[in-house]
Amino acid sequence: MAVTMLGYIEQNSVIHRLSGFTKLVVFLIWSSIAMLSYDTRILIALFVVSIFIFKLSKIRFAEIKFVVLFIMGFLALNTLAIYLFAPEEGVRIYGTRHLLFELNGRYTVTLEQLFYQLNIILKYIVVTPAALLFIVTTHPSEFAASLNRVGVHYKIAFAVSLALRYIPDIQRDFHMISKVQQARGVNISPAEKLGKRLKHASSIIIPLIFSSLERIDVVSNAMELRSFGKHKSRTWYSAKPLMQLDWTVLIVSLLLFALAMIITFYDGSRFYNPF
Amino acid sequence: MNKHLSIKTIVAIGIGSAVYVILGRFLTIPTGIPNTNIETATAFLTFIAVLFGPIAGGLVGLIGHALKDSLLWGSIWWSWVLVSLFVGFFIGLFSHRIKLEEGAFGKKQIIQFNAVQLLVQAIGWFLLAPVLDIVIYAEPVNKVFTQGLVAGLANIVSAGVIGTLLLAAYAKTQSRSSSLTKEG
Repeated sequence: MAVTMLGYIEQNSVIHRLSGFTKLVVFLIWSSIAMLSYDTRILIALFVVSIFIFKLSKIRFAEIKFVVLFIMGFLALNTLAIYLFAPEEGVRIYGTRHLLFELNGRYTVTLEQLFYQLNIILKYIVVTPAALLFIVTTHPSEFAASLNRVGVHYKIAFAVSLALRYIPDIQRDFHMISKVQQARGVNISPAEKLGKRLKHASSIIIPLIFSSLERIDVVSNAMELRSFGKHKSRTWYSAKPLMQLDWTVLIVSLLLFALAMIITFYDGSRFYNPF
Repeated sequence: MNKHLSIKTIVAIGIGSAVYVILGRFLTIPTGIPNTNIETATAFLTFIAVLFGPIAGGLVGLIGHALKDSLLWGSIWWSWVLVSLFVGFFIGLFSHRIKLEEGAFGKKQIIQFNAVQLLVQAIGWFLLAPVLDIVIYAEPVNKVFTQGLVAGLANIVSAGVIGTLLLAAYAKTQSRSSSLTKEG
């Protein structure tokens, strides 16, 4: 089975050379702006900037194409659902009504609704390049070091790094168990009835859980033997020191955050109203 | 909190999150309603919560769900990730009294576990998820409540059927504390 999951992609670019800490902070700032703001101007500006940063990273589009397709599919469904449930939400938010045409019954098409849905789509795609970049340009072991640096306790940071370390192993276990069960006649295809499928799913999960519980025992014994958690803090082999470039990026993105917040909340509402 | 964080809990959080990601990626069962799946990962989350307690449950919910979202979708839907945290934590908190290690998972424990998971998940998915969706993403009210209702029902079924099966299977492998009898 093809492994369609994102992972670290090795490249030599400015973005890769940045410290994981810097990238994590920028990612957090980016998603906070996208979550808080509903200001179209800011969202568009952020989107343009993130496309530019993406170019800098030398990551080829083909390498992340499947995720982008996933997101497009999701966005399309979400947009449709919003319209079906609330065709007049935009009118309610912006307080005016510019009717374009009527479909039938409650389904009208207004400028406000189109604008509102455009904003929702923007809000979602603005985060995507930043998140994608963060994932594909930060080495997993550096990620834990950066988490620790932004204030997450090192034990939790270590748990995250364990998760990233074991995803490939568990994935291999999963496929093996799934094949074994199929060889024994368990039909996991959609042809079966719902109740049967639930039962068959458990026949895969149960062995997976037992092998994972065993793993938990082995790994925690190994860590215990090496006195994990004895001290208040720890150092990280893969932590990168902050360079001048890191500081520049950090300061610029903090300023950007402040600016975005001022523009968004300047008129007392998170929505930018052109009407 | 760190005082209570044993090495075993930390490793359980790490590996548990990895299992959550894999189950979320590869083992979902379509219900027949478009875009609504029964997530086996949720059943696994409730299992971890009962076995390792509220902190492990909450953090597997948070880390597992956030990693799954970012590795699969490239971005994180924070409102639902927070609900997973909530669900893992509170199921762990209320059902940690079920002593699986002693092999006791009979009718009483099944009812206790399901009452807890039903209540916690109902609050989480029917109420918390839509409210967070509205606060963060300003989505239409009736849309997010319908979505929460459907997802919540699917997750309750998942935990109720698969979660119960998992707990029972695990309890069976543990020797009962009262399995020894004194010979006359």
